[in-house]
This record gives sequence, C-alpha cells and structure tokens, in this order.
Amino acid sequence: MLLKILFRNALRHRLRSTLTVIGVAVAILAFGLLRTVVDAWYAGVEASSSTRLVTRNAISLIFPMPLSYYERIRRVENVEIVSYGNWFGAYYKEEKNFFANFAVQAETYLQIYPEFVITEEQKHDFLADRKGALVGAKLAERFGWRVGDTVTLIGTIFPGNWEFTIRALYRGRTRSVDEFQFLFHWDYLNETLKESMPDRADQVGFFFEDVETPEFAAATARAIDSQFKNSMAETLTETEKAFQMGFVAMSEAILMIIQLVSLVVIFIILAVAANTMAMSVRERMREYAVLKTLGFGGLWLATLVLGESMLIAAAGGLLGIALTFPAAAAFREAVGQFFPVFVVTRQTVLLDALAALSVGLLAAAFPLWTALRVRIADGLRRIG
Amino acid sequence: MRLLLFYSLRNLLARRMTTVLTAGGMALVVFVFAAMLMLAAGLEQTLVDTGSIENAVVLRRSSETEVQSSIERREAAIAEVQPEVALGDDGRPLAARESVVLFTLEKRNGSPANVTIRGIDEPSLALRPQVRLVAGRPLRFGAQEVMVGDKVAGSYASAGLGDSLRLAQRDWRVVGVFDAGNTAFSSEIWGDADQLMQAFRRQAYSVVVLGLRDPAGLDALKARLEADPRLQVEVLREDVYYREQSEMMATFLRILGIALTAIFSTGAVVGAMITMYAAVANRVGEIGTLRALGFGRGIILTAFLLESVFLGLLGGLVGLLAASLLTVIDVSTTNFQTFSELAFSFTLGLDTILQALGFSVFMGFVGGALPAYRAARMEILTALREA
Repeated sequence: MLLKILFRNALRHRLRSTLTVIGVAVAILAFGLLRTVVDAWYAGVEASSSTRLVTRNAISLIFPMPLSYYERIRRVENVEIVSYGNWFGAYYKEEKNFFANFAVQAETYLQIYPEFVITEEQKHDFLADRKGALVGAKLAERFGWRVGDTVTLIGTIFPGNWEFTIRALYRGRTRSVDEFQFLFHWDYLNETLKESMPDRADQVGFFFEDVETPEFAAATARAIDSQFKNSMAETLTETEKAFQMGFVAMSEAILMIIQLVSLVVIFIILAVAANTMAMSVRERMREYAVLKTLGFGGLWLATLVLGESMLIAAAGGLLGIALTFPAAAAFREAVGQFFPVFVVTRQTVLLDALAALSVGLLAAAFPLWTALRVRIADGLRRIG
Repeated sequence: MRLLLFYSLRNLLARRMTTVLTAGGMALVVFVFAAMLMLAAGLEQTLVDTGSIENAVVLRRSSETEVQSSIERREAAIAEVQPEVALGDDGRPLAARESVVLFTLEKRNGSPANVTIRGIDEPSLALRPQVRLVAGRPLRFGAQEVMVGDKVAGSYASAGLGDSLRLAQRDWRVVGVFDAGNTAFSSEIWGDADQLMQAFRRQAYSVVVLGLRDPAGLDALKARLEADPRLQVEVLREDVYYREQSEMMATFLRILGIALTAIFSTGAVVGAMITMYAAVANRVGEIGTLRALGFGRGIILTAFLLESVFLGLLGGLVGLLAASLLTVIDVSTTNFQTFSELAFSFTLGLDTILQALGFSVFMGFVGGALPAYRAARMEILTALREA
C-alpha cells in the first residue's frame, strides 16, 4: 500500500521525476569516473609489491650509478636476485607517442617480475636476440606491432635512432599490470654507448632487488644504502611501493583537485534533488494538511516525503552506476596512454551507492521540515 | 519590455528557495569550469612568462628538455661568437652556459619533489631581468653557494635563507632568495655552473642561453647553427621553448576540465529545466491573463527564457566570485614533461571570465528553452480555466 502511494507520488510529475533521475544519474556517473581516474593514478602503487626493492641515486632519478654496484648489492644479506636497468625515454615516430621504455638486464628482470606472462618460446627468442624487445600486448595493439617486426625508436636521453626487433609480447598476470611497456636488453644500450659516448657507458639508472625474507625488507634497504655512504654516487633504496608512491606524491596537488571536484559533484546533485523535493512538498501542502486533519502523524508524512526522495535517488543511482562502465571504457580509449590501468573497482560502485543514498536523505530533509511544521489551517489556505 | 524584465526578476524573488538551489547548482558547475581553466591558464602563463623573446636557447638535438640536453664546451664556444649575439656591458658576448639538473628534496609536508637546480653563468642574471633579489645577497661565483627562488624557500624544509643544502657530498649555503614573479625560475635553485658541474662530475653544460641583438635575428642564427656540421644542436626562442614545456600538462588539465564540465553541465541544465517547468506549471493562470491582456506568444517566450537566463547568470556570477578566491592559492606539482616541480597559481583572465559567464547564460538558455516554448504554446481559454 505504502509503496504504491510512493510510486504514484513519484510519477505524478512524470517529466520532473524523469529529469531529476537523469540529473542524479549524470552526477553519480561523474563521481564514479573521477574516483576511477584517482584509482588509475594509484594503479602503479597497487601493482607494486612491498617485498621488492628499488635502488636509485640519492640525488635524483636523472643521475646514474656505476655498474660495479651490482656485485656489491648482490653480496648484501637477504638479497636474493638483483636486476638493473635504465629509463630509456625514447619515442616512436612522434614525441606525443609517449610510452614507458626501459633497458633492463632481461634474465634477472623477468625472474624478479613474474607478473609478465610470456610464452616459453617467445621468451627464449627474446633472450637470445641482443636487439630483441619485449612489448606489452596493449602497446603492440596501439601501434599495430607484431612479433618479428622491426621498430625504430628515437632517443631523447640517449640520442640517435635505435632499432629493435620485437621478439616477444607479454600479458599481465592480473588486471593491474601495465601492458604498455617496452623492454629491451641493457647490453645493447651499453655496447652502443661504449662506441658513441664512452663516458656514459657502464652507468645504471636503477637496481631492482628481490629479498628472501620480506619482513627484513626495510633493514635490507638500509644495508644497501650504507654500502655506498659517502661515495660519489650515494644511493636511496626503498620498497617498490614507496618508490611508486613517490611518483604519485609528485602530482598530489592535481589529485587533490580531482578529489575536491568529486565532492562538488555530490553537492550539485544535492541541489537538483533538493529542488525537486522542495517543489513537490510545496505543491502538496494542502494534501499534507488534509492528511494531518485525518489524524495521520508526522512519521507517516516523513515516510511519504523521504520515500519519494529515496526512490528518485535510488533510480538515478542505479542508472548512473550502470552508465559508469561503458563511460569508463570510452575514457580508457581516449586516455589509455596516460593511464595504462583503468578499471572501475567495487569500492567505487559502493561509494556511488552511498552517495546516492545520502543525497536521497538530505534532499528530503529541509522540505520535510517545512511540511511537518506547517499548521493545518495555513496548509489548507496555501497556494503552491 | 521593462515590465517583462521586472516580471521575470520578481518571480525569482518570489520563489527564493528554488532560485537559490538552482542557481547554487549552476554556480558549482561554473566554479569547477572556471577553476580548471584558471589552472591551465596559470600553468601556461607561468611557463610562457619565463621565457623572453629576446633570448635564444641552444639545446642538444632531439632532447626535449634542458635536463636531457648536453652541450659540449666546444659547441658552446661556437654558439657564443655568432654575430646575432648581443654584447654585454663588459664587451663580452651576452651568453650564459648553464647546467641544469634535478635534485630530490623533501617538501615541508614530507613528500619528495624534484627541484630544478640551475648552474648559472655570470651573464645569466643580465639575460633574465625579471629575477630580483628579495633577501640576502647574490651568490658569489667560485664559491659553494646557492640562491633559491621564493617558491622554493617557502615550501622546502632545508632551503630557507642561511640553511645549507647537502648536494653531491658538499654543503651549499643558501645566501639569497630571489623573486622571479610568476615564472618557472621561482621554483628553481641557482648556483655557480662550474662549481655544480665539478660536484656532479659533469663535463658538459646543459644549455647555452644567448641574448639577441635583435629578436628578428633568431631565424638566421637558428639556420646557421643547426646546419653547422660541428654541432648537434637545435635553437629555440626562449619563450617558445618554455611554452612547449607546458603543452602536455595544460592539455591534460583542459581535457579534464572540459570532460568534467560537459558531464556536470548536463546536471545543471536538468536542474534549470525542472525549475522552469515548475515555474510554468505554477503560473498557468498568470500566463492566461497576460495573453488575454494582449501580450503575444513571443513576449511570453522571451519572459520565461529571460528568467532562466537570469538564473544562469546569477549562478555564473556566484561561481566566478568563488573561483576568484582561488587566485590566492599556489599549486605546486610535477610537470609531467620536464619531471620537475613547478609552482603556479590559479590565474583569472578576462577570457576565462567571459567564457564562464557565456557558459552560464548558455546553461540557463538551454534549460529554459523547452519550458518557455511550452508556456508560449498555451491556449488562452484552457490556461484561464486551469487557474
């Protein structure tokens, strides 16, 4: 009976209710998308582990470390495997085609990062070819590369045109792995540098370490750094998670703005929904007065107003959540290169629902208060 | 017509709560719209103001940023003696050999940031007249000293006047703080190029900045240097170089801003529509009376459209007012392109104001169009009967 009245009430102004539902849905959609953008920013942190360590030059990322550190790091207690590599920073054809490309010590790198899934045959081909490259499946798709293709990257940090043969494609073991990377052999880079720029050869940008006992990761990091204290190239070792977090922290100002905006969205829906409820209540003042005359109490009125508001908010919320998924897919198409991992999480959906519910509650609050306060005689006299 | 204006305005006053809610929703949308544009504009302006049209920057070919570039001493010497380069007061060419590196410093809130450290040459200051010393003294060349931009001095724990920075196993005393206005230099630390290069064991400079005799001489200089077989360089006008550094970030902010605004404005337009439909429905009798008095359909249409546009404009003004408060805030973030920290502020320009107000009027117009059309279409008799 009550539900029937609520539905009938909500449908009394079909156009207005429809518009309000659309308004709520759009705002929930925006909220969900923004949350997903923030999640995408943190994807690198999510995908990284706290049992792996990254060592870099303490001054900043642009300073390398001598290759000779490799043996010294290997001898540090609790360090199981060590790999190393350089950020290569080249681009394909045009500068705007940005993607991550690294020169790495491939055998050890693939041991440390088992989340790169490669067929045995391709892995063998890649390791055997000095000019071979291992490419993420999505990156290959973006440029239409196939295994066996020769591609030329244009160097920025390491000038020149660099030729590679794509020998293997990798997929991520989980959805959070970035499939837009380009990896090749560090030796190829180093041999070339020895000829063209000998003073830049035998220099490493990062060391990656896998530790035996994760509990001692922090102590191991300190042990590595203490090896190189007061040397020409002091190091800074941190867990991979902290390292990735550092990148996120660098753009925290932008992130904060996005977070704030997603709060503003909630207020916008609130304004739209509250407006609708205010109108409904204003128009029905006479009815409420009649109901009061018949002896229906405040609780009953509250149920009527609140129920209608909740119905509209819930319908809008559901529609918004349903729309978030195709919208996120479209967004991924547009900005895939900036955000390699762009997934709508369950938490986002829950927050969406929570936002819709609180809007339903709050939108009804103020109009309800006027409805409850109104004196019967005034209500009957009232013109909407 | 004046009557109509008053009719529309008085209506907004008569239903205050609805007016406040609708205009409030629109104000929030305009606020977000303006804030995003202001952010992108602030970033661009900071970087564009950094470069001067009278200077040319010589970088290594295909390096996108100063940090990636390297210029050998021999190359620098060739670049300095070109005829287009102006001469300083001492009769030497106005050319600064600079070395630019990044250094990870901790901000006061504990998060790391990559700060640009620029090793400067004696002509550097003459080439950048916008840099003024505000505290302490200028650095002495040949000493382990640095001076810092005012945005750096304020936001890093160990970079205030009189502090010392530990860099490459040496301590550098901060002897001065300089103000470079709203430019990228305000987010930099400056030291003596030769001292810094020794400390970092670098053989090559990063860039050479040349002061031009005449800004028009750039093309000839560029053509000659880039064709010189002894050099691997590219020459850019300084302001162009800095503008390119802001492209990626500014585009990203704009796309984000426009995408958000597109989604939000749908919500706000829906809000305006709800309000206007209700306004029309509530005033069927009034509309009938007006028509009976001889006001034509066009006038009724205009009246309701005006009301909705007023709503939008009201929201737009409130939103802009709120956005203008943002101009006191400094945003400091990493520029994706150069990977270095840059402080800039929300900049409210005339074009942003006009765009935001235009946008709010547009929202009001779109929201009001259908309801106003409906009001104008009413039959006089039915309208009067319904009242």
